[in-house]
Amino acid sequence: MQILTDTHIKFMAHRKIAMILSLILIIISLASLAFRGLQLGLDFTGGTLVEVAYPVEIELAPIRDKLHSNGFDDAIVQHFGSPNEVLIRVAPREGISNADISTSLFELLRAQNSAVENRRVEFVGPQVGEELTETGGIAMLAALICILIYVALRFEYRFALGSVAALAHDVILVLGLFSVFGIEFDLTVLAAILAVIGYSLNDTIVVFDRIRENFRKIRKGDAITVIDASLNQTLSRTLITSLTTLLVLVALFVFGGELIHGFATALLAGVLVGTYSSVYVASTVLVAMGISKEDLAPVKKEGEQEEEVYEEV
Amino acid sequence: MLNHYPLWKYILIAMVIAAGAFYALPNIYGEDPALQVAASARGIEIDDKTLSRVAKIFEGEGIQYRNAKLSSTGLLFRFNNKDDQEKAKKIAEKELGDDYAVALNLATATPQWLLDMNAEPMYLGLDLRGGVYFLMQVDMEAAVIKSVNTYVSDSRTILRKAKVRYLGSKRVSNDVVIRFKSEELREKGFEILSRDMRDLSFNEKEEGKTFILQGRLSEAKLKELKLFALKQNITTLRKRIDEKFHGLVEPIIQQQGDDRIVIQLPGIQDTAGAKDILGATATLEYRAVDEEHTVEQALSGRVPAGSKIYYTRERHEGSRVIPSVPVLLKKRVIVTGEHVTNAQAGIDPDTGGAKVNVSLDGYGGKRMGAFTKESVGKRMAVVYLETKQETVRDEQGNVLRDENGKAVVRRHTTEEVISNAVIRGHFSNRFETTGLDSVQEANDLSLLLRAGALAAPVYIIEERTIGPSLGQDNIDKGFKSVIIGFITVLFFMAFWYRKFGMIANFALALNLVIIVAVLSLLQATLTLPGIAGIVLTVGMAVDANVLIFERIREELRNGNSPQNSIHSGYEKALMTIADANITTLIAAFVLFVVGTGPIKGFAITLSIGIVTSMFTAIMVSRAIVNLLYGGKRIKDVSI
Repeated sequence: MQILTDTHIKFMAHRKIAMILSLILIIISLASLAFRGLQLGLDFTGGTLVEVAYPVEIELAPIRDKLHSNGFDDAIVQHFGSPNEVLIRVAPREGISNADISTSLFELLRAQNSAVENRRVEFVGPQVGEELTETGGIAMLAALICILIYVALRFEYRFALGSVAALAHDVILVLGLFSVFGIEFDLTVLAAILAVIGYSLNDTIVVFDRIRENFRKIRKGDAITVIDASLNQTLSRTLITSLTTLLVLVALFVFGGELIHGFATALLAGVLVGTYSSVYVASTVLVAMGISKEDLAPVKKEGEQEEEVYEEV
Repeated sequence: MLNHYPLWKYILIAMVIAAGAFYALPNIYGEDPALQVAASARGIEIDDKTLSRVAKIFEGEGIQYRNAKLSSTGLLFRFNNKDDQEKAKKIAEKELGDDYAVALNLATATPQWLLDMNAEPMYLGLDLRGGVYFLMQVDMEAAVIKSVNTYVSDSRTILRKAKVRYLGSKRVSNDVVIRFKSEELREKGFEILSRDMRDLSFNEKEEGKTFILQGRLSEAKLKELKLFALKQNITTLRKRIDEKFHGLVEPIIQQQGDDRIVIQLPGIQDTAGAKDILGATATLEYRAVDEEHTVEQALSGRVPAGSKIYYTRERHEGSRVIPSVPVLLKKRVIVTGEHVTNAQAGIDPDTGGAKVNVSLDGYGGKRMGAFTKESVGKRMAVVYLETKQETVRDEQGNVLRDENGKAVVRRHTTEEVISNAVIRGHFSNRFETTGLDSVQEANDLSLLLRAGALAAPVYIIEERTIGPSLGQDNIDKGFKSVIIGFITVLFFMAFWYRKFGMIANFALALNLVIIVAVLSLLQATLTLPGIAGIVLTVGMAVDANVLIFERIREELRNGNSPQNSIHSGYEKALMTIADANITTLIAAFVLFVVGTGPIKGFAITLSIGIVTSMFTAIMVSRAIVNLLYGGKRIKDVSI
């Protein structure tokens, strides 16, 4: 099966439109992050969470009343996954031993209905949550900086800036998605976003690799021609890899269960955005920074030498 | 010749495949629901008799078990299903009573010969197997304050002994502050204190007419102190967990950062019970041995007034058990554990035997000095007292609460003699206990002695409990998504790249096997995000093959011969693949370093997947291509 081979799409001709689109999306994301913020999960806010299951479908109202009338006025009670399962959240409190809250919650439920089964308890102290927010941010920055350095060493600083611009673009848009739709942001989502960084970069590097190769190989034409040719040559690979990754992510989203939903959502969005950004954002930055053949020509790389060998065979 | 691998490469690949298959093998056997029985009371032994007794109970109730085994940790019964297991637990608890502890367990069904060769199934994290996770904070401030208080009382003793008059000595935040009437006295005090208290660095200060000496703990000492508090707590917690669960759980107790402890109790659901271990306290008492009367007399009922019978602690040294024996001790306490500032195991240079060095604080040293002065040649014993707490429950298993909503706890104290030695000379605040049987005994004793000075309180700052049903759900859903994702990708690749797609599929399947093998071999913890990492790897692993195949197609389109196209397709894609994968590895590495628990699991599987996929997608697929096409005259490539 072969489609999309030997295409001659003038990607860079549309770069202004793409840029405007990206900018609009980034502004919306940043505005939402600034004004609405993220719906941070227990991992970051601290507090107690109890997940219980009943043998039959259960009404939430009696549970809510029971908890609200027994000192847990702030308890949030909702179904989780199925009508048999209930998730209860309580904010961290001052004074009372936090570790005791989960036990008391579960006992109240058991007093009401002895068939209740304990599925999961999570208690996160406020200090742990704060630290996590901090290390999460640091992790993201550290990953970006390490990658910037690696790409700068392997390619050239403009490529490094191009790839980091694409990464920042992807991360902001995924965060924006979580903010705009108010999807819960927990620890697994943070992990997914770091995986998006890895994935999106993978895509960008493949394109850059081809651009570098073509700058050395194609004698005529300006930077835009070379970049367009490279994007076209890698287009089919970019789409196929995205497709296989999306396939497994859809499987994860549909069959992986509630606990992994946020994770799968972040990756699905990240892969889609990452595919787009490796074509438009990264390359647009290269053009904008005025990359040219001369920037890459002098270094003779192993790829070039082997090239000549094949021609003789 | 193009597209030909040397023989050693084929052999290497075959060996890796064989090893991968072998170490992945234990994972297909799964786990049997099992029941463990261990002794929980002193003097109860688990032997063949117990085994046949329990077996008879089960047979009487018509409970089928697959097999039963006696091991060092107790009895292990395997069942065909969870219902039998649950029933067996209820009956065993009822019939065996309080002398035995009974616990549900999942025992691996991997055959022994595989286990003997270190081939074990993957280690499942708590989110997959169920259990309790605690993150505990050690209150270092309290540890430091406690230590500074000891220095304060020591400073008083030292100055008094040297007959240097001082106005007062007290703790101000983390400093020892000693006030003197005149500068000369302070000079004298400084001379003596800086000689006897090397851990402190002193500053001089004036406040009105008093002359102040301010001692501060050095950074190094402070660090040592905190590390000591942390290690001490870890040891104590481990001991208590082993006692609480009678060795029926395999706890993971680790240090995290400078002042935190992680505890993982797989399979435990009872968090209230687990929290009881934090409520326990321990202390020591040094007491004189009553040598005017014999233990035999006392045991027969004539306990002398002012004395009491104690029992020594049962010790295990390898497989050898040193049994508990009765000792008659005087009731008067010489020194209690709060005056023990340190205890360290060491080797006696004269005899080469094991010993323990003990340091007491000023007050303890004075009391010890006064006692040993008149007791050289007599015996002295150390009693270890531990107060444990137990959450009280009603018949339904609900926690009882008082009117304030606080859980009712019952406390009970155990007393054991941990050391019984002859006083060889007059000593006060520093002495050693020699003539111990082994280094292990010395280590055990020093740990117990330090337990009296349990340096700092701990409290829970994070708790995660996963019920067994949710754990099983997570496993099922996780594996389901791996398999469905995997099969979809297989179909797609076969459809898109035909024969080459099948080769990539073989590489992908092999990649999964090797990931499982590496995870099993490393015994790295597999978590739900870890499974997600495997799913993601499946999607991304084909990327290397996609890159290669697209290159080959390109070369073919450019009119190159099939052999040349295959060769240069692989060669040209190589650097791209390496670059792309290294950057993903960087992201995974950062995740591993900053992440905790489940996130680390994700980083581990992702990293392993990237590395193994490079091997399978590049080397293995190439080997197959070479075998199929290499050296042949081919007109067309099925790609």
